[in-house]
Amino acid sequence: MLLPDKHTQHKSKYTADRMIPGAFEGETVTRRRFMTVSSQAMGGIAAASFLLPALGFAIGPIFKQPPHFWEDIGSTEDFTNNNYVPVVITEAYGIGEAGKTTAYVRQHNDAIDTDIYDRHTPYIAISTRCAHLGCPVRWVDAAERFICPCHGGVYDLLGRRVGGPPVRPLDRFPTRVKGDRVELWSGRFSVNSELKRFSPRDPGETVDGIGQYLYPSRPSARKPF
Amino acid sequence: MAEGAKAAGINVVDWVDERTSLSGGARWMMFRKVPKGTNWFYTLGSATMFAFLSQAVTGVFLAMYYRPDPAGGAYESIRYVTNDVFLGQFVRGMHKWGSSVMVILVFLHMGRTFFFGAYKYPRELNWVIGVVLLILTMVMSFTGYLLPFDQRAYWATIVGVNINGTGPLIGPYLSDFLRAGPEFGATTLSRFYAIHMLLLPGALIALISAHLYLVAKLGTTAPPWIKAEQSSELRKAEA
Repeated sequence: MLLPDKHTQHKSKYTADRMIPGAFEGETVTRRRFMTVSSQAMGGIAAASFLLPALGFAIGPIFKQPPHFWEDIGSTEDFTNNNYVPVVITEAYGIGEAGKTTAYVRQHNDAIDTDIYDRHTPYIAISTRCAHLGCPVRWVDAAERFICPCHGGVYDLLGRRVGGPPVRPLDRFPTRVKGDRVELWSGRFSVNSELKRFSPRDPGETVDGIGQYLYPSRPSARKPF
Repeated sequence: MAEGAKAAGINVVDWVDERTSLSGGARWMMFRKVPKGTNWFYTLGSATMFAFLSQAVTGVFLAMYYRPDPAGGAYESIRYVTNDVFLGQFVRGMHKWGSSVMVILVFLHMGRTFFFGAYKYPRELNWVIGVVLLILTMVMSFTGYLLPFDQRAYWATIVGVNINGTGPLIGPYLSDFLRAGPEFGATTLSRFYAIHMLLLPGALIALISAHLYLVAKLGTTAPPWIKAEQSSELRKAEA
């Protein structure tokens, strides 16, 4: 029997034409090739059936927004419009003390506040989470500054950066008045250097200029209003 | 008596070797030719590996006591290991200081490889694997730092995750992934714990094996100050 020269002759897609032993009439894939491909495909499907759910399990929290609540922070008489009062709020649930954080609160004051006065901020609630890398800032009364102990970030009365490495002002919380009680919404929002409001960003992420696009808003942390 | 025990030992080794042919592989791995000029700097890789083995063993025993419970249990279990468990402070100290030792040794080993030119052809892939191992070692250090769950651990992790978040475009999503949410929450600690003691050790063992295989396969380089020697016959022939 004369075997066709593999290199010079045009290759038929039918195995019978290629003189493969045991080929069927009209068969285009050898049984060996079919077995190889199908067993590899089955292995791939088996691996994907546990890898994909596991991956989704691990990255799922990226897409989920945790619940936020209105928290009672005191009576309207507890706060003034020219100095801050610290209040302790719960930001993450289920981890005890580690889920609590401090906010500094005062009444909105037209004489000093440059941002708009609206129903979301009858009281100004400044987050103590430093906009540099997230350490807790404290209000120093004598200096009228928020000061961060970690890397020396300094902020003014409105939470705007006046020194050190922070890239934007301190975050804020929405507030409301119920009767004579002041309540705070545990979902924060971020502000840029003009105190324009943005959805919450992590520390170290600027929202000025191109920064708001380089550090996009996340599905897990939407603007609270 | 001693003769009989020796014969029994040889019999057991022979029995295993006849069925596995492991002795050939062991000989291939251990009795390699090394170039002239091999010196103490060439032990830095083995030293790093033994630092890793020390971390692995002490880590397994620490895991027998540790509870990844962010509502106080994690800190309490570490306090218990340190103060109450027999040799607990010692084993925990080995793990804690050993991690610094490992990072230092990784960098010394990397420096030796760089300054001796040992990353060049045909060993580039081993350099790449080594860089991945360096990164995994750093991730190991970062995730392990949170586990004592004291003030230092908590705030260092807050800062570390936020540094990670400053990477443009994907940084914010990566820090969400690390924290399991937009804030440090109830599952952040268990996530770090799983990465630290399940995910990364497996990856490290696999890559260290590949690293060692390539070392054995390709051999080590001579130090750069060793010049190639010509045989006297060759020198005569060239003259």
